[in-house]
Amino acid sequence: MARLHVMERSHAQAVMDDLHDALGRRLAARSLAPCPVEFTAALVNLCATQSCGKCTPCRVGLKALADLLEDVLANRATPETIDLIEKTANTIYLSADCAIGYEAGSMALMAVRGFRDDFEHHVREHACGFDENERVPCVAGCPANVDIPGYISLVEAGRYTDAVKLIRKDNPLPIVCGRVCEHPCEMHCRRGIVDDPLNILALKRFATDHMECDYRPWIAKATGKRIAVVGGGPAGISCAYYLAIMGHKVTIFEQRRHLGGMLRYGIPSYRLPREDLDAEIQWILDCGIDVELEHAVDGQELARLRDEFDAVYLAIGAHSDKKLGLAGEDAEGVVSAVQMLRAIGDGEMPDFSGERVVVVGGGNVAMDVARSSVRLGAEKIIIAYRRRICDMTAQDAEIAGAEAEGCQIMELNAPVRIEVGADGRVAGVVVQPQIIGEPRWGRPAPRAADAPERLIACDRVIVAIGQDIDSAPFEAMGIPCSRGRIVTDTEGAVHGFAGLYSGGDCQTGPATVIRAINAGKVAAANIDHYLGFDHKVLLEVELPPVQFKGKRLCGRCELKERDAAERVGDFEMAEIGLTEQEAHQEASRCLRCDHFGFGAFRGGRNFQW
Amino acid sequence: MVKLIIDDREVEVPEHTTILDAAASAGIKIPTLCYLRDVNEVGACRVCVVEVEGIDQLVAACNNYVLDGMIVHTNSRRARIARKTNVEFLLSQHSSECTSCVRSGNCSLQSLANDLGITHLPYAKHLEGFHSDTAFPLIRDNDKCIKCLRCIQVCENVQATGVWALTSRASHASVNVAGGRALAETDCALCGQCITHCPTGALRERDDTDRVFDAIEDPEKICLVQIAPAVRTAWGESLGLAREDATVKRLASALRQMGFDYVFDTNFSADLTIMEEGSELLERVRRAGEPGGEPIRFPMFTSCCPGWIRYAKSHYPDMLDQISTSKSPQQMFGAVAKTYYAEALGVDPSMIFSVSVMPCLAKKAEAALPTMVGETGEPDVDVVLTVREIDRMIRAAHIDPCTLEESELDQPLGAGTGAAVIFGATGGVMDAALRSAYFLATGENPDPDAFSGVRGLDGWKEKTFDLAGVPLRVAVAHGLGNAHKLIEALRAGEVSYDFVEIMACPGGCVGGGGQPIHDGCELAGERGDVLWGLDAAAPLRFSHENPSVQTLYADYLGEPLSERAEELLHTDHAAWEMGK
Repeated sequence: MARLHVMERSHAQAVMDDLHDALGRRLAARSLAPCPVEFTAALVNLCATQSCGKCTPCRVGLKALADLLEDVLANRATPETIDLIEKTANTIYLSADCAIGYEAGSMALMAVRGFRDDFEHHVREHACGFDENERVPCVAGCPANVDIPGYISLVEAGRYTDAVKLIRKDNPLPIVCGRVCEHPCEMHCRRGIVDDPLNILALKRFATDHMECDYRPWIAKATGKRIAVVGGGPAGISCAYYLAIMGHKVTIFEQRRHLGGMLRYGIPSYRLPREDLDAEIQWILDCGIDVELEHAVDGQELARLRDEFDAVYLAIGAHSDKKLGLAGEDAEGVVSAVQMLRAIGDGEMPDFSGERVVVVGGGNVAMDVARSSVRLGAEKIIIAYRRRICDMTAQDAEIAGAEAEGCQIMELNAPVRIEVGADGRVAGVVVQPQIIGEPRWGRPAPRAADAPERLIACDRVIVAIGQDIDSAPFEAMGIPCSRGRIVTDTEGAVHGFAGLYSGGDCQTGPATVIRAINAGKVAAANIDHYLGFDHKVLLEVELPPVQFKGKRLCGRCELKERDAAERVGDFEMAEIGLTEQEAHQEASRCLRCDHFGFGAFRGGRNFQW
Repeated sequence: MVKLIIDDREVEVPEHTTILDAAASAGIKIPTLCYLRDVNEVGACRVCVVEVEGIDQLVAACNNYVLDGMIVHTNSRRARIARKTNVEFLLSQHSSECTSCVRSGNCSLQSLANDLGITHLPYAKHLEGFHSDTAFPLIRDNDKCIKCLRCIQVCENVQATGVWALTSRASHASVNVAGGRALAETDCALCGQCITHCPTGALRERDDTDRVFDAIEDPEKICLVQIAPAVRTAWGESLGLAREDATVKRLASALRQMGFDYVFDTNFSADLTIMEEGSELLERVRRAGEPGGEPIRFPMFTSCCPGWIRYAKSHYPDMLDQISTSKSPQQMFGAVAKTYYAEALGVDPSMIFSVSVMPCLAKKAEAALPTMVGETGEPDVDVVLTVREIDRMIRAAHIDPCTLEESELDQPLGAGTGAAVIFGATGGVMDAALRSAYFLATGENPDPDAFSGVRGLDGWKEKTFDLAGVPLRVAVAHGLGNAHKLIEALRAGEVSYDFVEIMACPGGCVGGGGQPIHDGCELAGERGDVLWGLDAAAPLRFSHENPSVQTLYADYLGEPLSERAEELLHTDHAAWEMGK
């Protein structure tokens, strides 16, 4: 008899592994249930099946808990049932022998406490009170609710101008978004349940790159109303566009030399080429929008604009830099990411030739300045980050892009001071190695490791740890602000200031382009309403009929990048768009959730807003 | 055009045709269950699934379109098994107590299960165990609901009301009152369209037939019955009578055989309504023209549809003063029967048991309103029966109407004109009112067909007529969704009218929620044509020429809008609350 055996995978184990993968994809694409109580019941049932059966709380308790949850769902429960559920979950948490049991108890406890109102609604009303509308997942995931299945069907049909037209019903910046959108739409793409989510971003870019012809939007009869938009970033531009096509006269007041806001002064041109940005902005301005550049607006000026215009939209963004608060930060050679990208946005390219650069931060902006530094001639770039790479808020593709271009990431290194040379210039960054620990505010927090400080010698430090909002002058005039952010209601209206609306980064804090675009759209609708109108923005494109294709497995076409060695030499677009063959294949993968599934019943298509 | 093959037959249809319609054009009937053309094309039940060559999964025929070269098998082994299994799934959550169900014999689920040869169920039965308050005129029994979602769609998209919703999710998904409230607390108009569009017995009216049998058999009671105009278009549909044989006179014979003492016609009080409502309109126009008088808002809305009144009360309570104060014909009849007619018979009103046969559920609620009572507080109309209920009573009394001769209605409350009988079709009240308003304004009768522009099935019709040199702008809407659009346009200042007719049900009362049910068929147009035909053939076509109405005024009421007429024939729509 042999003493040991090598592990062999049984057939059942192989099937189980495949199903595990499928389950993982499924859960990534779709929550367990659109009802919190169903969700909890499913979770508990799932956990119960994982029990080995040895211990009482896990073996019996989870089943008992599942029965109680079924009582709630089948309208058999009383208010006392909810208390019993909580007691049961708590006992499982407190007394199970291993993590399979006590973590199940912990999750159930978290659910029953977190969903208490929903449980009570079920018991009281015999109905689910969770009114989160079940909609088309990509459309629901898009902050601007762009009709994604609609324009994808148009790409599949080879009607690219119509696709762009359809996008512009909800988002006037498809060229920009086809390049830099964070595409939250893809997160819950139902195709992910089958194989991979659709590459929605790449399809949008393809449509904008291949329009058969230009077109002009339909513009409503002039209303004679005048609206001032303060700030020419995505929120301001989006608001201006929709107000303009509703027939209002809009003037954008922009502090800097060019329009675009963070699209120009934050995002490097290798991600968003300037000519594309300029073309899209010009297309919008051609709707009859006036622009006053280098026109800063302070409290007094805002008051003047409110007097002179029928309504004002305040969308100043978040453009002031956050400080590290470390010794030596004022030394020559230490700049903020905001300063550096602003100069580049105005066409003033700094020269980093031969320099060693340390970038502090782990967000998309940190990757932007690191990758820009490569293109500006820096010899060595180190990204110092106090957490782990997996904790970075930058998108994975950006991190990978930076690494491919030669940037070195030093994770778990917290800067503690800037070393200043005798000449007053920065000489290096002193970092304290960190060890990751228990979660704080939702993610594992680092703390100083038992290791000595280290000096990273360098010629330049770029601080990319976030931006602040320059809201002080407005706060001083009584505009409600909270932690620097302008406070509005959900319509975007500023309380106490009739006709004043605000949105975008200055209202949400630094966020994504698409959220800013939607803020502008929301404000436009509500300003129109405020001015006494009800202009509707309509779906003006006839969509191709839906075709049932059934399940056909097909992987996702990814965007390719220009060779790293080549692209570091210029600021040209790093990503290469899909080929026509790729775009049509990718578009054909869309499952048309606007037509199949719940979309056939509710939430299939917004024909107007 | 698209060419395809369905079940080995070559089919050529226009683009954007569903597989279902393409198959039907070739004479192939694919079974459906949840599908309701233009109302519910959601592909929920998965009964209409067919096999399309080259596609692994089955395809719902109801909401997927044909493609060139497609090869479809509507009854392949896979399609057949899936179809049958899906019906078995539905039956596992359906109370199959067909013998005590009002829809037995007229149930799409039952026919489908029979057609598919389902003789036993392999799945455990799980019933929801919920039914709504059985005292309310509309009753939901979720043990019979198959979640086809039709009621949600009809209520929200056709009737702009949204009473029903999917109230829970996943396997506990249930169709019930949105937000989990009691049905009586909602703004349900009681149009009953959810009932007539339900494929099973999950939705039905409260059955009041026993109360009527009891009254008929009570020797102390004088039982009289009024028959609404639209009833005569439909009562024979479920009794095997051809439309031309199912006359009101044959129905009168059936009701007499059942034991009613007097059989009358709501046409009588429809003519009466025209006298009151028409006079009220002219009075409002006159008062509005008086300098310094109280401001009068226009348009004036008709008041004969209690579903519309309920809708207006819950959606536009600020507009109640614009609705005519005239009672509906049913209630005018009730009030006259227990006063004028009781006096004529020389009996105490409490001896009279007044029944009405209506194509309507809202009339059940209307008759029970605290405002619809006589001096003693007794209701003017004791029981309202839908057409479905009177048909059940005819069957229960084992009366075969095919063998009955026609008989005249009783007088004087059985007399009606052509202007009255069209109350049951959209545009009819307006048409009738204009005929008499013209007479009242000019002293001459117009051509009875002068106002035909308000007839027809367009959802929202508008016309301007010259009334003695004064232009009268009128509009007609039927179906509450159309009413909603019209009123929103009025409130937005996009349109303005003097007089508006609204009927809650599509097509008017002929499409009423109390009419016989034919799944998938909208019969309002066909039934409406019966009424317009009766009008055209009627010897009298003006309400003011109804001799019984003339006598009523001469002997009892004086003139329209007199004190006694106001007392008996008018009501205060604000004097009662919804949800009570």
